[in-house]
Amino acid sequence: MRFLLQRTAFYLFTAWAAITLNFFIPRLVPGDPVQSLISRNQGRISADAIESLRVLFGLDANENVWEQYLHYWGQLLHGDLGLSFTFFPAPVSTVIGDSLPWTVGLVGITTIISFLVGTALGVGAGWRRGSWVDGLLPATTFLSSIPYFWLGLVAIAVFAGPGSFFPSSGGYEAGLVPAFDGYFIPSAIQHSILPAATILVSSMSGWILSMRNMMVTVSSEDYITVAHAKGLSERRVALSYAARNALLPNVSGFALSLGFIVGGTLLVEIVFSYPGLGYQLFQAVGAKDYPLMQGIFLIITISVLVANLLADVAYLLLDPRTRKS
Amino acid sequence: MTDPVLEIRGLRVDYGLGDAAVHAVRDVDLTLHRGEVLGLAGESGSGKSTLAYGLTRLLPPPGVVSGGQVIYHPADGPPVDVLTLSPAQLRKFRWAETSIVFQGAMNSLNPVHKVSTQLLDVIKAHEPQSTAAGRLARARDLLRLVGIAADRLDSYPHQLSGGMRQRVMIAMALALEPQVVIMDEPTTALDVVMQRQILGQLAELRERLDFAVLFITHDLSLLVEFSDRIAIMYGGRIVEEAPAAQLYGRALHPYTEGLLHSFPALRGPRRELTGIPGSPPDLRAMPEGCAFHPRCPKAFDPCDKKVPALGAAEPGRDVACWLHPVAAGGPR
Repeated sequence: MRFLLQRTAFYLFTAWAAITLNFFIPRLVPGDPVQSLISRNQGRISADAIESLRVLFGLDANENVWEQYLHYWGQLLHGDLGLSFTFFPAPVSTVIGDSLPWTVGLVGITTIISFLVGTALGVGAGWRRGSWVDGLLPATTFLSSIPYFWLGLVAIAVFAGPGSFFPSSGGYEAGLVPAFDGYFIPSAIQHSILPAATILVSSMSGWILSMRNMMVTVSSEDYITVAHAKGLSERRVALSYAARNALLPNVSGFALSLGFIVGGTLLVEIVFSYPGLGYQLFQAVGAKDYPLMQGIFLIITISVLVANLLADVAYLLLDPRTRKS
Repeated sequence: MTDPVLEIRGLRVDYGLGDAAVHAVRDVDLTLHRGEVLGLAGESGSGKSTLAYGLTRLLPPPGVVSGGQVIYHPADGPPVDVLTLSPAQLRKFRWAETSIVFQGAMNSLNPVHKVSTQLLDVIKAHEPQSTAAGRLARARDLLRLVGIAADRLDSYPHQLSGGMRQRVMIAMALALEPQVVIMDEPTTALDVVMQRQILGQLAELRERLDFAVLFITHDLSLLVEFSDRIAIMYGGRIVEEAPAAQLYGRALHPYTEGLLHSFPALRGPRRELTGIPGSPPDLRAMPEGCAFHPRCPKAFDPCDKKVPALGAAEPGRDVACWLHPVAAGGPR
C-alpha cells in the first residue's frame, strides 16, 4: 500500500512537470496562436478582437508569465483547455471528447485483443516448441516489420474500393448521426474492421514472440521440473507454473502499450481518415491549432502516466516478490 | 536384506541421437531395497544426476533413455516397468510412489505461488477425493514434520531462507508418503550447519516413515555417515557397490580409494590427502577399456583393452575392476 502511495506521488509529480512543460513550450515557440489567427484572417480583425483573443488564449499582455501559469492551472482544473481554431469556436475539450471514444474504441479494443490472442499463441508456441504455432512466427514477424502506413494503404487498395464491403475511410457512413442505434453501430463496426485488422496483423507478433521466448526460458527452470515430477497435469504445469511466470514481462509491456493507444495511432487514423484523436492531432498540426495540440499532448501525457501506474499495480498483483511486507 | 523396491537394470541414457549421441549412463544395474538409504557418489559429470532423471523420466531434451528397465515394486500389486508407463500412469506414479528432492534448493519452488498452493496442488492432483480442509491439515502436519511453523504456509518462497525452502521441498516430497525418495544433491546449496540439521532430520523421518532413499551426492564423506550402502559411479558406470562401513574401511576400486583419500577423517591417525590426479573423462571420447585407467595408479595390462564387468568380488560387494576378478559364478 505504501509502495502504491509512493508511486502515485511520483506520478503526480511527473504529471505536474509534464503539464508545466506543456504550458511553457508553446510560449517559447516564435509566434503565438493569436498571430497565426490574425494571419489566417489576413488582418481583418479589429484591435479589440485581438486583445480579447489574447485574453482568451491566456496570453494577456497585462499578466506576467507567472500569473498566466496560475491562470492556466485554474482553467485546467475546471476542465477548460481553451478554444480550438480549426473548429472555432468549439472548445478543445469538446473536440477531444468527440474524438477520444473513436480512438479508444478502435485502438483500445484491438490492443487488448492483440495482447490476449498473441499471448495465448505465445504460450502454445513456447510450451510445444516445433508445433504449427512456431510456423506462424516468421509470417507474423514479417507482417509486423512492414511499415504500418504501407500495410494500411495496401489493405485499402486490396479490400476497399467502389462496391466493396469495406469502406476506405471515415468512422461511419456519411449522413448518419452518431447515436447508439441500429443504423449507426453497424456502420461504425463496418468501418472499423479494416483498420482493426491491420493493427492486429502488425502488432500481434510482438506479443507472440516475447511470450514464446519467456515460456522457453521459464520451461527450463527447476520449479517446472519439480512440477512435472509432482505428477501434476500437463495443463496445470503449463498454465499455473510456466505461463504464470512467463507472463510477468508481457503484462508490464501490455500496460505500457495501453498508454500509447492515444498517442500511437496517428498513422492508422491518417491512413483511414478515422475521426480519432490522432487524426485530430494531424489536423491541428497542419492548422497550427496550438490549443488543440496542447490539449491532445496533455491527454497523451496523462494516459501514459496512468498506464505506467497500471503497470505498477499489475506487477504488484502478479509478482509477490515486488510486494514489500 | 529386504525385498527390492526399485530395480534398475541395464539403464542407458544418451544425450542426442545416432552417432553423435553422448552416452551419459551406460548399462547401470542398481537395486534399492525397501527402507534403505543407498548413496550414489561420483564426480561432476559421472552421470549420477542423469541416472536419477532417467529413471524418473524427467530428462530434458536432448536426453533419451536408450535402453534398460526400471522395475518398481509397489507395496501391493505386481511390479511395473516405469519406462513403459503411459503418460497418465506415469503422472499417477510420480510423487505418489517416487518423489524427488532436487539440487537447486533455491529454485525448486514456484516464486509466484504460496507454499500452501504448491503443497496442496500435489495432494489434490493425486487424491482428488480429499477435502480442502483435509488437505490443509495434511499440509500443516507436513511442515511441522520438517520443523517449520505451520503459519509459513502463507509465505511465498522468497520469504523463506534457503534451508527452509529445502525443508519445504522435503516436506513436499513426503506429502504422499512415497516408498522411494530420490535426493539429488539436496544439501549442496546449503551451508554445512544447515546441511547437518537437514540430514539429521531426514534420518529421523526415515526411521519413522520407512521410505527408501536414493541419495545422490559428490560428497562421499556425507554418504559414509548417512547411508546403508554406497554405489560409486564413474564415466556413466557403477564401478563399486558395497555396504557403507565396508567401503569406507577398505575400498576395492582404485577410484573409490582416491575419493576416500580426498577428504580428511575426523578421527583416527592423520593421513595424507591425495585426491585423484587428472580430470574426469570426456563423455564424447571415452578411453578404451576401463574408463578410469588413464588416471589409475594401479593400471596394468588388461585395463586399457577391455571394460571390466561389475560383479561380486566378495560376498555382498560388487566391483568393476581388473584388480578384483569377479568371483566364480561370473557377473551377477
